[in-house]
Order: sequence, then structure tokens, then C-alpha cells
Amino acid sequence: KGSLRNQKWFSYCIAMKTLFWNLNITKNAPVAEIHDLFCKKLQQCCVLFDFLDCVADLKGKEIKRAALNELVESVATSRGVLIEPLYPEAIKMISVNIFRTLPPSENPEFDPEEDEPALEASWPHLQLVYELFLRFLESPDFQPSLAKRYVDQKFVLQLLELFDSEDPREREYLKTILHRVYGKLLGLRAYIRKQINNIFLRFIYETERFNGVAELLEILGSIINGFALPLKSEHKQFLVRVLIPLHTAKSLSIFHAQLAYCVVQFMEKDATVTEHIIRGLLRYWPKTCTQKEVMFLGEIEEILDVIEPSQFIRVQEPLFKQIAACISSPHFQVAERALYFWNNEYILSLIEENCQVILPLVFGTLYRVSKEHWNQTIISLIYNVLKTFMEMNSKLFDDLTSSYKVEKQKLLPKKWSLHTRIKLLDERSSNIIEINIYKKTKNNNNNIKWIGDIKRELKSL
Amino acid sequence: ASGAQGPALVEGVGLGMAGADSDDSLYPIAVLIDELRNEDVQLRLNSIKKLSTIALALGVERTRTELLPFLTDTIYDEDEVLLALAEQLGNFTMLVGGPEYVHCLLPPLESLATVEETVVRDKAVESLRKISHEHSPVDLEVHFEPLVKRLASGDWFTSRTSACGLFSVCYPRVSSTVKAEIRQHFRTLCSDDTPMVRRAAASKLGEFAKVLELEYVKSDIISLFTALASDEQDSVRLLAVEAGVSIATLLPQEDLETLVMPTLRQAAEDKSWRVRYMVADKFSDLQKAVGPEITKNDLVPAFQNLLKDCEAEVRAAAANKVKEFCENLPEDSRETIIMTHILPCVKELVSDTNQHVKSALASVIMGLSTILGKDNTVEHLLPLFLAQLKDECPEVRLNIISNLDCVNEVIGIRQLSQSLLPAIVELAEDAKWRVRLAIIEYMPLLAGQLGVEFFDEKLNSLCMAWLVDHVYAIREAATCNLMKLVEKFGAEWAQNTIVPKVLGMANDPNYLHRMTTLFCINALSEVCGQEITTKHMLPVVFKMSNDQVANVRFNVAKSLQKIGPVLDSNCLQTEVKPVLEKLASDQDMDVKYFAQEAISVEHKLRFLLKPLQSVSPIMSVDRNHGFESNKTYNKTKLNPAARDDTLM
Repeated sequence: KGSLRNQKWFSYCIAMKTLFWNLNITKNAPVAEIHDLFCKKLQQCCVLFDFLDCVADLKGKEIKRAALNELVESVATSRGVLIEPLYPEAIKMISVNIFRTLPPSENPEFDPEEDEPALEASWPHLQLVYELFLRFLESPDFQPSLAKRYVDQKFVLQLLELFDSEDPREREYLKTILHRVYGKLLGLRAYIRKQINNIFLRFIYETERFNGVAELLEILGSIINGFALPLKSEHKQFLVRVLIPLHTAKSLSIFHAQLAYCVVQFMEKDATVTEHIIRGLLRYWPKTCTQKEVMFLGEIEEILDVIEPSQFIRVQEPLFKQIAACISSPHFQVAERALYFWNNEYILSLIEENCQVILPLVFGTLYRVSKEHWNQTIISLIYNVLKTFMEMNSKLFDDLTSSYKVEKQKLLPKKWSLHTRIKLLDERSSNIIEINIYKKTKNNNNNIKWIGDIKRELKSL
Repeated sequence: ASGAQGPALVEGVGLGMAGADSDDSLYPIAVLIDELRNEDVQLRLNSIKKLSTIALALGVERTRTELLPFLTDTIYDEDEVLLALAEQLGNFTMLVGGPEYVHCLLPPLESLATVEETVVRDKAVESLRKISHEHSPVDLEVHFEPLVKRLASGDWFTSRTSACGLFSVCYPRVSSTVKAEIRQHFRTLCSDDTPMVRRAAASKLGEFAKVLELEYVKSDIISLFTALASDEQDSVRLLAVEAGVSIATLLPQEDLETLVMPTLRQAAEDKSWRVRYMVADKFSDLQKAVGPEITKNDLVPAFQNLLKDCEAEVRAAAANKVKEFCENLPEDSRETIIMTHILPCVKELVSDTNQHVKSALASVIMGLSTILGKDNTVEHLLPLFLAQLKDECPEVRLNIISNLDCVNEVIGIRQLSQSLLPAIVELAEDAKWRVRLAIIEYMPLLAGQLGVEFFDEKLNSLCMAWLVDHVYAIREAATCNLMKLVEKFGAEWAQNTIVPKVLGMANDPNYLHRMTTLFCINALSEVCGQEITTKHMLPVVFKMSNDQVANVRFNVAKSLQKIGPVLDSNCLQTEVKPVLEKLASDQDMDVKYFAQEAISVEHKLRFLLKPLQSVSPIMSVDRNHGFESNKTYNKTKLNPAARDDTLM
């Protein structure tokens, strides 16, 4: 370790000197000299500084910052700088600077919505390194065939791990950079998708912690947009087994917009996935978190906005059962969000076409909630919906009104008796089991007898 | 969702069960089965939880042929239902006809082991592990092992992850050819494409190694361990650390150096702090596993590095292990190692920049004194304790104070008392009430160790000051503290030092302080005994029944109820009762309520007290405690007899 530190110190001394007398030559020097200089500056920038101690090495930090600035400037403005021998040097410098094990979160219960993120201390340098990398990828001189030797799978994997950074500025750079890498290095595409999959699966099923989900989804949104048709089964699997389960995450609100965008992108690509999506959302429908329920309803509306009528018919039944359940939610925001569907003209036209199916599904709820809900806004919204239905199909509406009243009379006693039966059964059966375990331990061969006993017991119910 | 999809299928089964037999004894069961497909998740869940009842009623054969196939088809239900199902099936062996038929349970559990939700999968694996022991060796090969193989080569990562937990339960009981296959499968999973599976394999590696023959541990497990410990993802590498500890316990000493240590050394210097943290966290286990020689040569420097790690998280984990590590050092060189290698690092940690590190150290550092003995403690550790007692972070100071007993045994607490006092005083007046609360809790302990003289001189005033703290929780804790102090120092001490001060507060202009007097009396009456209570406390309570503030008055009622058991019946009748009756006609509603409540309790009390006193004269001598215990004694003595009667 000591020798490593000395070595660093040595290269740092060299770095300082070279920088001083090359400061202004870059622009007018002959090409070979520029390359040589560029290379030296890249090596210089491999020296890392301790930013936790903010007064240490101020001079050195300033020199590195200036060097990075020069490199950025030169990649951005002058053509012909990026020649083959510089690729490994550049990637090495970038790797040395950006790849690090992210520090433990200062706050173990970090809540991205509530708490201030911990900002990366070395950002003054890190930002310039990211900037350089980005300019490098975007340069007209950039040659993917050369870069792919250095920007390989291992590199990408480390890049993806950095998305967990708490610093939003870093994630923003990473997002753009990964997007460029995906766009330019075709050989890495499948690998990148697979690794993103793994990150998401780990997030959903293992840790529930990863800061960069929104950024990765944003990249995926544009990737999905570019999928070829018909969709490969790999992509469909990604939708069903990764994107839909992502809805279960506790921190959904942070990336819900991006997630919903991806989902809708899939639908627009291929309408046949609609049923998978809707049934998936219904399966993971939030049970206790009303805030998430409102998000789900928002997503459903986005989906319905672009749904094909033929697909709508396939999901309308389970979907409107859920919508009815939302309307009867005691939380007025949930009920309100569901009732807003009737203000959407396209959705309204779908409902109208399928009035015969949908109205019976929601009628009972609407009728009941219009009488019971505590919130005046909800009641008036429901009256509007009922009015709309009445205008749509007045005969069906009348039929349902009268049969609802009859049903209501019948419903109560039936429910009661069923529950009493179950309760009785519960009590009995736990007794029976106890008795039988007791008997069983006494006499193992007496199986037939004790089953007879249960039957008799049950008969007496 | 499945409720909506499944009816057709269930209907068949349901009818077959309840109808075709035309046996209406099964009607309630039919209701339960009906509930299995109800749209309401809660009802489905209830029904699944009664699955054993259903199975019991159906009988073993129909459970096997009808119920299990149906359950296998419900695997698309809500996770909550599936979790209940996975758990139930683990206890189903008898219900399908005993070990002979236990393999019938495999198909539904196999499906459950492949679902996405981790909780369900883990439960299914747990149940599979449970029923694996109920398989005969033949069934294990014919039914169980093929299932493990299918899971191990499943398409989706979930089934492969589940497979990892099943190898170790079937390996010991199968033939050598099958064993070879199992090893091969495990190898494959260790180098699986998805990190989720590698993580699962890494976390089961130690367990699997334990059931393997030693030659295969050396040939197979070591290479897998090495590979996992240098995985590209730190989440895999860190799991390998624990496996490494298990493996080290299995190998003979002479192989450890070549087979395990290089990898473990590398883990202790891993570039990811998570891996280093894991090493620090498992350090004591590791130390035990590798034995004294390797500890001396390898672990000591490794531990030093962890104590000096650049990441606070790692330092804190290592600091937590300081005592245990030192304790388990080989005896012949323990003191030298601690003095020359560990103590210098510990000294640095005392002034660490991170408070978690310091506080972790403070919670164990006192334990070193027993290991190092009196002289070293005085010379080397004492300055550290003193420094930590002055630490800016209250948690550090508290941790030191809470472990004082260790030092007390070695050098006696007097050595510390001069520095202890300012630290205690400062904590006692800390701005955060939780800190004040914490130090109050250590007061009885400190009092016991420092002795009554020191206490009276230095700490008594603190304890009294807490009684007038502006936070209720502190006043409450202070009251309780007084009670514990009296338990330690005795009633006489109480009468001389505490009681006058407490009673003096009854005249305080602040009604909250007046109420504190009552709370103290509640707490102290029992430990102080009848005489002090009647003579000194009761008059004050009576006087307070005329207080202007209603809160004080109804607390008088409550207090009288509380101290009633301490008083004798004459006093209750002639003195307490009139006061309570007066309060019962108070203007204030609450005062009335509590007074009435106290009267009814007091009434019962007198009722109970009288006959007992006449029966046993000892009772009046052995006041409160005797009364209580005698009552319960009578009760317990009566009850068993009564129960015996009914049973006979």
C-alpha cells in the first residue's frame, strides 16, 4: 500500500510539471504533439484526490480540473484528436475516475421523496470526467469499432452499478451516457438489457433499494420505442415479468411516470400485450396504499387512452370490477380519480359501445355510493355518471334500478347464514383437529375410526 | 384473479366432492371448497388456512386424487394465498396418508417454488425441505431428486434460485451416482448467468459443504468458493464470506492455509466496503473456524486493517468485535497481541471522526479490562474510558456508563468516579430528553456500585432535580428510579433522604410538581412499608385532597387506591374512607369518578383484609408483601384441586 501511495505521489508530481508548461500550446501545436499532450493529460487525470478533506491538495485539484476542462474543450471543438491509441487511455482515465464502490448511504432509511440526497463530494472532477466521456461518445470522430474493445461488458456492468448513486446529477449524466453507448455499440445492446433486467429483479424481489430505477426506465422507454415487430419473446417476457412487477415497489411514486411511459410504449408497439398488462396491473392492485392506487388509476387511464376497442372488450369485465371497487373507496381521491374516467371522451365512447356489459358491473356500486359517500364532490360526480348512463341506455338503467332494489332485499339474510355456517365450522373443525391429534398419538392404526368421527361431527352441524 | 378464471375447474372438483358421493356430511366442507374460489381474497385465504380440515374430512385418498390436483392448479392466485398454501403443505404428510404418499405433495410445492414472489418461494422451499426428511431413500431418488433437477434447470431464475436450497437436504441420502449429479447441478448454478441465482448458491454453499464428503469439499467446494468470492458483483462476493467460514470449520488445519486463506485474505481487502464489512461482521466466527495459529499470523493484521478501514461502516463493525476477538485470542500470546497490535488501533478509534464507530467501540471496550487485568487497565484502558466519558456524542458516554460493571470487577469504580461524575452530570442535563431518560435508567446500577455515601454526596441532588423536569417521561422515570434506589438502600435511608424532599414538593406552587409528590408516594409506599406510609405520607396526601386543582384531587383518589394495600384496615376505615367520601361528592366530575372507583376497590380490600387478619395473625406483621402473596397462594392452591375434581 505504501509503495502504491508513493507511486501516485510520483505521478502526481510529474502531472503538475507537464501541465504548467503545456497550458496554452494545445490549440496551435502540430498534430502529433497534440496527441502526445492529450495522452499525457489523460494520464495526469488518473490521479485521484481526496475530496472528503476539502482543503487537502487544493493546488493539485485545481490543476486536474483545468486539465479536464482542456480535454473536454479539445474533444468538443477540434476534429481529428481522437485517434486509435487514445481510446484505451481515455477509457482507462474514465474508469479510474468514475468506477468506485458507492459509499454506504449516510441515512439508512433514505427516502428519495423526503430526504435530501447525499451529493458526491468529488463532483467538481467527476462532472468533468463524465462530460468528457459524453463528448467522446458524441464526437463525430468517435468510432464504435475501436471503442468496443475497451467499452466492453465488464465496463458496462460497472457503469450500471453507478446508477445507484444518490446524487441525481451523476445519474443524469449516466443516463445520457448509457443511452449513447446503447445507441452506438450494437454488440452490447442485449447485454445491457439483460443487466438492467437483473437490476430490476433484484430491486423488486431482494433489496427494494436502487436509486436509478427512474433513469434506467427512461432509457428503456426509448429502447422499447425502437423494438422491431413482431415483438421478440424476450421483450414480452421483460414486460410481463419485470415491468409489471415493478409496480409492486414501495417507492413506485419515484419512477411511476417513466414506468407508465414504458408500459404504454409496449402497447403502442403491439396491441396484443394489452390484456397481459391490464390483468397484471389488476393482480398487483394496491390494497392499502391509496396514493399508489391513484397512480394505478392514472396509468389505467393512459392505457385506455390508446387501447384498441377489440382489446378493450377482452379486459372490460375485470377492469370495471376494479374501477367499481375504487369508486366505493372511502378515500375520496381514489374515488374521484376513478370517476374522472367518465370525463375522458375516448373512454366514454368505449363505455358507451359496451354499455350492456359495463353498466351492470358498476351500477350497484354507483347507486350505493351515491347514497352513502361522505364527500360531496364524489356524490355529485356520481350523479353525473349516473346521468350519463341514463342517457346512454335508459331501458337498461331502469331495469337495473328495479332489480337492484329487489336484490338488496334478498342479499342480507343470505350473507348472514353463510357466514354463520362458516363460523360454526371453524369452531368445530379446530376442536376436531385437536381431538384427532390426541387420538392419533394414542393409536396410530385407528385412522378409519377417527375419520368416521369427523363425519359424524360434521353431520351434526 | 384466479377466482375469476378457475370456477369451471373447481366446480368439477367441488361437485365431485360434495355431490357425486351424495354424502351431505361433507356439506360444510363444500362450503369451504366453495370459498377456495371466492372472489374475495380474504375468504380464499381463510379457506386455505383451513386446508387441513378439508383434507381431514376428505380422507387421505381423495386428498391425494382430488384436492392436491386442484391446489396445483390454483398456483396463479394472490401471493398471500400462495404463501398460506406453501406453509400448509409442509405439514400435510399425515393428511395424504403418511410418508408412503408424501411425494404427492411435490407437484404443488414445485409450482410454488417457481413463483416470482420471494416470500412464497422461500416458504415453498422450507416446506420442501421439511417433507424431504419424510421421504424414504427410494422415494427421494425417484420423486424428490428429479424435482430438484427440474428446478435447477428451469428457464426462469426463480426456480433455479429455489433449487439451491434443496441440494443439501437430499444429498446425504441418495446413491453415489445421484450424488455426482447433484454436485454437478450445484456447480452449474454457482456459475449461473443471473446474479440472483449466484447469490442463492453462494448463500447455500456453506450448508451444502457440510453434507459433502471431505474429498469433494476439497475438490469441488473450494473451487466454487474461490469463484464466488471473486465474482464481478459484490453482492455475490459478500455472501461467499459466510460460506468461507463454514468451509473453514470442515477442513483439517493443514489444508486451511492453502485452500481457504488466500480467498479470505482477499475478501478482507476487497475493494467493495460491503465485502469488508461482512468479513468484519463474521470475524469472531472466522477466528474460531481457523484456529489459533492462523489467527496469530493472518487475522491479527487483517483485523488491524479493518479497524483502520477507510469506510466508517466497516470500522464500526470491526470495533464491535474488539472484545470478542481479544477474548478468543490464544492464551499464550493474548496479552502481547492486544498490547502491541490491537490497543494502538483502539486508541485511534476512541477519537474517530464517526460517532457510530466510537459508540460501537464504547459498547465493548470496557470488556477488555477483564482480559487485560488490573495493571494494564489502569495504565492503558483507563485513559481511554476517561476520554470516552468526555466524548461529545452522548451515546458514547452512555455506552461507557452502561458497561461500568465490567470495570468495577477489575479495578473498582472508585478509580473512575472523579471523571464519572462530570459525565453523569452532563448527561443528566443533556438537552435531549431521551439522553436524560437513558442515564436515569443506569442510576440504580451506578448507585449500587458507587455506594450510598458517594451517592448521597454527589448524585442525590440530580435524582431530585429530575423530579421537576419539564418532560413528563423524565419525571415518571425519576419516580421509578427513586423506588429502585430505595430497594437498594433500604427504607431507613429513604426516610432520611428522599421522603422529606418528596413531601416538601407538596407545597410547590406548580401543580405538576405537587402531582409528582403523589406519583412518588404511589411508587414508594410499598418499598417504604406501612409505618412510613401511614406516618409521613398519608397526612400529606390527605392535605392535598383540598388542593385547588382538580387534577391533584383526583390523583389523591388514585393514590389512596394505590396505597390502600399497604395500610391496615383500621386506618382505611377511619381515615381513608372519609376522605374518599368527601372527594366522591366533589364538584368535579373526574374527581368524583376516581374517588368512587377508589371506594369500591377499598371496600373489596377491607372485605378481604378482615377475615385474613383474623385467621392469620402473621399477616399484620408481614404487611403488604405477605398480604399479596398469601392471597395468590390461596388461589393457586384452590384451583388445581378444583380442576382435579372435574377431571376425575
